[in-house]
Amino acid sequence: MGKWTRRAFVSAGVIAGGAVVFGIAIRPGNRADKVRGMIATDDESVFNVWVKLSPDNTVTAIIPHAEMGQGVHTTLAMMLADEMDADWDKVKMLEAPANKEYANYALAKGFAAGDVDFPAFLVDTVDGFFLTVMKAMNMQITGGSMSVPTTGQIGMRVAGAATRAVLLEAAADTWNVPASELRASKGQIIHERSSRSAPFADFAVKAAELPLPAKPRLKTPDEYTIMGTDVQRFDVPAKVDGSAAFGIDASLPGMKYASVMASPVFGTAVRSVDDSSIQDMPGIRRVVNLGDAVAVVADGYWQARKALDRLEIEFERNGSEAIEQSDIFSQFATDMDAATAAGNEISDFAQGDAMSALASAGQVVEAEYRVPYLSHAPMEPMNCTAWMHDGICELWTGTQNPLGFAAEVADALELDIEDVVLHNAYLGGGFGRRAFPDYTIQAAKIAAEVPYPVKLIWSREEDMRHDHYRQASISRFRAALDSDGNPTAWVNQYVEKHDPKEAPYIPYAIDNQYIHYAESKTHVPWGFWRSVDHSLHAFFTESFIDELAFAAGKDPYQYRHDLLEDAPRFRDVLDLAAEKANWDSPLPDNWGRGIAIHKSFGTIVAQVVEVEIVDGKVIPRRAICAVDAGFAMHPDGMRAQMESGIVYGLTAALYSDISIRRGAVAQGNFDDYPMLRMNESPDIETYIINSGEKVGGAGEPGTPAIAPALVNAIFDATGKRIRELPVRLHDLSDINLESKDVA
Amino acid sequence: MITLNINGETHDLELDPATPLLWVIREQIGLIGTKFGCGIAQCGVCTVHLDGTPIRSCVTPVRAAEGRKITTIEGIRSEGGLHPVQQAWIDEQVPQCGYCQSGQVMSAVALLEANPAPTDADIDAAMSGNICRCGTYPRIRKGIKRAALAMKDAAKGEETANG
Ligand code: FES
Ligand code: FES
Repeated sequence: MGKWTRRAFVSAGVIAGGAVVFGIAIRPGNRADKVRGMIATDDESVFNVWVKLSPDNTVTAIIPHAEMGQGVHTTLAMMLADEMDADWDKVKMLEAPANKEYANYALAKGFAAGDVDFPAFLVDTVDGFFLTVMKAMNMQITGGSMSVPTTGQIGMRVAGAATRAVLLEAAADTWNVPASELRASKGQIIHERSSRSAPFADFAVKAAELPLPAKPRLKTPDEYTIMGTDVQRFDVPAKVDGSAAFGIDASLPGMKYASVMASPVFGTAVRSVDDSSIQDMPGIRRVVNLGDAVAVVADGYWQARKALDRLEIEFERNGSEAIEQSDIFSQFATDMDAATAAGNEISDFAQGDAMSALASAGQVVEAEYRVPYLSHAPMEPMNCTAWMHDGICELWTGTQNPLGFAAEVADALELDIEDVVLHNAYLGGGFGRRAFPDYTIQAAKIAAEVPYPVKLIWSREEDMRHDHYRQASISRFRAALDSDGNPTAWVNQYVEKHDPKEAPYIPYAIDNQYIHYAESKTHVPWGFWRSVDHSLHAFFTESFIDELAFAAGKDPYQYRHDLLEDAPRFRDVLDLAAEKANWDSPLPDNWGRGIAIHKSFGTIVAQVVEVEIVDGKVIPRRAICAVDAGFAMHPDGMRAQMESGIVYGLTAALYSDISIRRGAVAQGNFDDYPMLRMNESPDIETYIINSGEKVGGAGEPGTPAIAPALVNAIFDATGKRIRELPVRLHDLSDINLESKDVA
Repeated sequence: MITLNINGETHDLELDPATPLLWVIREQIGLIGTKFGCGIAQCGVCTVHLDGTPIRSCVTPVRAAEGRKITTIEGIRSEGGLHPVQQAWIDEQVPQCGYCQSGQVMSAVALLEANPAPTDADIDAAMSGNICRCGTYPRIRKGIKRAALAMKDAAKGEETANG
């Protein structure tokens, strides 16, 4: 085996039980701590994409990402199959096992090939994407809308094209014709001059002996036969008949059930547990004090839950129990003022001289916005089944980060990483929540105390009160307008920055800009929430630009359009949304129309919302969405993700409010954290632009622009500008719609 | 002892009669298609039919189901294969994460059995107890309309065959 170049693509084919497996890997150059334990020595590599070609010509794509409803398994398989020219009807998908059998080279060998010796065909090429790719692929993390742009574009397509290339070469050799005379189509290799054709599988064994090209030519969009089409998703049939297994559906012989309650005030510990009150309850097995939480293990979940409710638990106090939501917003405001006063604000973006432009401006517009904490509330509450046996900890759960979870559990239980085996299931919603391993660690700790498998299920209340929350924030703006109403300066200050950096940036041509923030830590745990910082900043910036249009006396669509002259890609998306919405057409009484545009994860989305105000209640009636993700690999999947992002964003904008009361989350279930339902869900139309630009994500970009489009529509309908979410906190019942001030 | 009739099969069970039907279906019977989401009749993922009527099994004590016909997602397949609602769900590619979909399908089946040609308002009324966090509502609406047509066509076909 040759010495592998650090950070090189490595490709190889192995023969395994009649099938041939081709692998493409990326050499981990710079490993994150979390995966360090996964890789035993420096000479080992992580395999990312496997393609298995079986004797019956079936192609199995082995995919390192979790399916949480975004269709990623299907889309990634499409990308591979298209480059390979495989027969789509014979393409299958397998989710890569989430442990070192997959991540560790030596064991990967065993996983794919049994005990077959590894014929190492090494191709080293160096490419520029390692870090991003490593984060998204090697660590098997699903999030950031990056599966298609990274794993798909760099892994699956390259693997497919490289496999196709060696199959063609093997056929050319077998038939003794030049490879240039061959073509591949639907799993067949065809030599037209001699009217010969044969399935891929006929050449697989020979192909396995050939070195895979490291940089095979990828198709151009006009050559795609599968990408860009509306194939049916792999996971749908099992999701209509109840057979799809989620984490919560794990079942093991002798399994018991656990219910848990963590200290309601974040960061406090259990002081005492008195279990005398549950002594006589049937089916109770064990009370486990986890330090910051208490679990009851019983024969059935219901028994465990009832006992937990009756258990007397006292928690320590650490001062946080005095904190109210209003204190948090006051702290934000104080820290923002202090940062400005001390001149130690943190600059996010600066160009020109915004402060001087403001000072000399004829017209200055100011506004302050607020957003609350948000919970993810996926339909499937957090859960994990754990079993300690034979020195290993086996876990069944749904996670966006299987390798990271295994590493965290190993750390918490002081086990070797090899002794933690995690089986990933379908995720009943992720949205960022299932990237945090707290529930898995709890289950493992409980399992460590008992000799049987335990299924830990969080109640909805526990799920909502112990989430990792989208941050609350305040954002303040000042803008200068010239005599034509065009902005000449844009100054924005906000609190609590996370990711991605560019979330507060605007696409508009404004010469002088200063965007900065202040830190203001709270005791509330933060987490990635669908689209992360974009979810708040799009609301801030796209509401404020609407206010500027109003101050300038201009139409909000036209105002944006004019400011996007130098950003043609944005402009095209904006124009398409406005055109499809018939922007200038009149609306019935009590209706309003709003627009917003935002780019996130490489994808530009513009949305128009039409609302009706009925007895002071806002009802979104119609949402029109234009999206440019470069190229929509699976257009129906793209539409589904836009629909999903819109409903998720509308739910948050209209209703969602996690507030802190006495240091703890006040809300607990869908009665006080309400959801948008069928009767309030708008008609949604999605229009796709394939601009040919770099491919962007789909799972998150549908969410950010919908909140500002909604409040802009409410303003259009009522003349009332909503600057604090959610909308339901505002009383619109006394708005006199007749006398509204039409912008 | 409690005797339950689930999807046409009889089960004799020894358990606390106050236990919610949901947990009995999932843990004792081992049918996992019926899900837990909220436990307080707010989300609909636990929807099953009791004598054909959709109910929230998370708040229905098992004793209330005794002597009645319980149907879960596993029990709606017809002899010929998928229920028309399930087929429409595939044709419209309704599910995303899929967790709410057993409940959605059960509510939709009950709606169409009671009302073969539901209006949008009927769909709103019948389906608003089922939350979908993935926002598949527009596709659920289309799926119900598609299934309604398919069921109408099938009924017509039967009439023709019988007449
Ligand atoms: S779990 Fe029964 S309605 Fe939510
Ligand atoms: S499909 Fe995910 S909750 Fe409905």
